[in-house]
Amino acid sequence: MKILYFAWLRQKIGAGEEDVSPPPSVNSVAALVAWLKAKSPAHAAAFANTQAVRVAINQEFADWSAPVAPGDEIAFFPPVTGG
Amino acid sequence: MIRVQRDDFDPGLELARLTAGRTDIGGAVLFCGLVREMAGAEARIQAMTLEHYPGMTEKMLGQIEAEALARWPISASLIIHRYGRLMPGERIVLAITCSAHRQAAFEANMFLVDWLKTKAPFWKLEERPDGTAWVEARASDDAAAERWSARSDKAAE
Repeated sequence: MKILYFAWLRQKIGAGEEDVSPPPSVNSVAALVAWLKAKSPAHAAAFANTQAVRVAINQEFADWSAPVAPGDEIAFFPPVTGG
Repeated sequence: MIRVQRDDFDPGLELARLTAGRTDIGGAVLFCGLVREMAGAEARIQAMTLEHYPGMTEKMLGQIEAEALARWPISASLIIHRYGRLMPGERIVLAITCSAHRQAAFEANMFLVDWLKTKAPFWKLEERPDGTAWVEARASDDAAAERWSARSDKAAE
């Protein structure tokens, strides 16, 4: 599973991308975030306020309850500010 | 058409290319967004860096353009969005919508810009005298995008 981080999430994590292999019980975005938070203090800091974090699965916006599976590309980022 | 690029663009040239050889277009609306120096009442920015999500950016802009084409009789359209480090006064985004009549062109153009501001994965990092800061999403941008959701049936007229 490929995880991407953008903007201040990338800065807090210290990397824009990482490959992870969570256990099968990690089957939703919410479960994935809980699992990632336990990885390091930097991850915990990045996901401290999940209200400020948006998620996309395979380049489509998704909800926290959405299912995730091995092979997915999951991106975490703040609300967008383009234009 | 969608383009995501680091380089600047020439709005006049893009309009000329988009409408070249076309005799069915009665009106073209062109919106060009620029880097504003004043980020707030006091904060004066020195530069702005636009980060984006390669792949998803093109996908979302394509979806937004397709939605505009489904809602309004648009005969030609173009969205260009830049990324990278930009200085105040530089162009960031271009949206051109062409139609037989002006109303569709105006409405579709506002729709494109309102939706891309809340749906295209770009983030702005401002360089201010006191350090850098990520621009926060604005509730007014959400409201501007939301008004098009409420009137999706009417727009098809």
